[in-house]
Amino acid sequence: MRKMVKVKEHGLKILQGNEACVEGAVAAGCQFFAGYPITPASEIAEYMAHKLPTCHQGTFVQMEDELASISAITAARWGGNKSMTATSGPGFSLMQEGLGYALVTETPTVIVNVQRGGPATGQPTVSSNQDIYQARYGSHGDYELIVLAPASVQEMFDFTVKAFNLSEEFRVPVIVLADEIIGHMREKILIPEEVELLEVESPKHCKEPYRADDRLIPPSVEFFQGHNLIIDGQLHDEKGNRAGHDLEISEKLVERLNHKITQNIDAITDIETYETEEASIILVSYSSVSRSALSAVKKARAKGVAAGWIKVNSVWPFPEKALKELTASAKTVMVPEMNIGKYYREVRGILPDQKVVSVPLVGGKLHKPDDLLALILKEAKACTN
Amino acid sequence: MHELAEKYLRKEALPLLFCPGCGNGQVLNATVRAIDELKVRDDLAAVSGIGCSSWIPVYLDIDVLHTLHGRALAYAQGLKLSRPDKKVIVFTGDGDCGGIGGNHLIHAARRNIDITVVMINNYIYGMTGGQKAPTTPYRSKTKTSPYGNDENPFDVSKVVMAAGGTYVARWTTNQPVQIQKSIQKAITHKGFSFLEIMTQCPVQTGKYIFKNQDPWETMQWYKDRSATKAEDIEKGSDQFLLGEFVEDVEEEFCERIARERDGLC
Repeated sequence: MRKMVKVKEHGLKILQGNEACVEGAVAAGCQFFAGYPITPASEIAEYMAHKLPTCHQGTFVQMEDELASISAITAARWGGNKSMTATSGPGFSLMQEGLGYALVTETPTVIVNVQRGGPATGQPTVSSNQDIYQARYGSHGDYELIVLAPASVQEMFDFTVKAFNLSEEFRVPVIVLADEIIGHMREKILIPEEVELLEVESPKHCKEPYRADDRLIPPSVEFFQGHNLIIDGQLHDEKGNRAGHDLEISEKLVERLNHKITQNIDAITDIETYETEEASIILVSYSSVSRSALSAVKKARAKGVAAGWIKVNSVWPFPEKALKELTASAKTVMVPEMNIGKYYREVRGILPDQKVVSVPLVGGKLHKPDDLLALILKEAKACTN
Repeated sequence: MHELAEKYLRKEALPLLFCPGCGNGQVLNATVRAIDELKVRDDLAAVSGIGCSSWIPVYLDIDVLHTLHGRALAYAQGLKLSRPDKKVIVFTGDGDCGGIGGNHLIHAARRNIDITVVMINNYIYGMTGGQKAPTTPYRSKTKTSPYGNDENPFDVSKVVMAAGGTYVARWTTNQPVQIQKSIQKAITHKGFSFLEIMTQCPVQTGKYIFKNQDPWETMQWYKDRSATKAEDIEKGSDQFLLGEFVEDVEEEFCERIARERDGLC
């Protein structure tokens, strides 16, 4: 059931992205935050420590590391609290273990990764999109999950709310894949008077916590409801009993964990476009780079080039069908991103008959609109010649 | 089936995966009796990590979170903080708790969060096949110390005492009544409770460390080397102390958070 819930501190504000993320979490009903300080995500923990005890009657706890943080938020959700953590680079690496546990136990929770540059300690104060694959493939084993990539302070709020709703709907951890630019930038944001929240009804009696419905989603259950649940990180049957040794049951579970996301991809996919219809050059972008990309496309349009812009908000599961449709008219597709050229590979993979160009930038540099414009113009010229 | 087993065990999970002669069944037995005595079933959830002893709660018909290797205490703290009105009991082993989970252990103790930890100490990594643990005695031969262990063992109870645990006790499987009473005390105690239980692992510890796979021989070995009075322990020997080491009253973490939060409203 979806219902509108009032937001206490609504209105027009100027906020930092990390602050907006906290406002979104609080609006979404987050009751539990466990985290560990790390640049450039620390403000989320700091602001949570400030906000949760006062306005929301929630619990903030600073754990001893990120392994503990993701473990605590996962268990807190089984205790009935909506929960979240936030981290960056090295902390996100540590969380991959607990992410796998949340995935296999189908625990709804939210993990924010404010990306820095890597590898290792890398560039703590500098932005990147280098974790785009880690967010999808970082934990061992076969799984699918949902990753949202905000590109503005407003989206830090909106996507955090959305992440909580999606996690509850699909019983899956949802990653908000932010970056240092968005996390630390201050800009105008309108916090709405109310937000739409999903409340999934709990069954009164549940002896099969992993018996899924038609959409492959299991029931919303938690501890201390008299169910006497057994929740195990080992592959399990519908009752929750371990079944890693049973190849048939294990096959069914791994398939369902993956299919519950891929089968429902249309309900998850979130893409914005600008002038893509009949565009011959389309920029497929996500995250902060999408702002430069949009600016470049608008400038190209002003110069008479049939350029178009796509911003992928739900970067995972990869919206293959939607992207194919939206780029149908394009002769050339460009993928600018603040990494060595990763999402490009995905886009290239689904568009074998079109020219797909990688526009990577590493070292923390953000694509300048004029640089992207120059590439678009060069490509347009090449096409006409 | 015994009436308490009938009442409290998750029958579909039976039979127990423990090897014949293992001490984990004795701990499960004492736990069931403690739960029955305290009548806390509906308000109690169990959390465990990975290893043989982390299977103890899987057979309890209560809410159970069987988690990752070393992380049981991190999960347990999240669960407790989300429902401070409920009780959380953790089952863990010496490797799970003192090795890979050691950092979570000391910080949970430092916070004095109201969790009961039952750490089964069998001196070895049993489930993975008999590798040395942080508790394996110096010079003991195991699969990963074929020429003898070069490291000094951990006294995990001492670590918990130093870190701020407010109830700390140690028993061996020779003292089932004391184990049950300590579990009851630990569940009732407001704060971080730590109970170390020295158990026999005839298959791994028996084979590699004691060179004797008779479970009774290990229990006898424990009996011969343990004492309940510090003055009975010979310095520099392999003897160890049993009993209740700490029973302190200090403000518990969740209560402290609630009190401070009330002050903000």
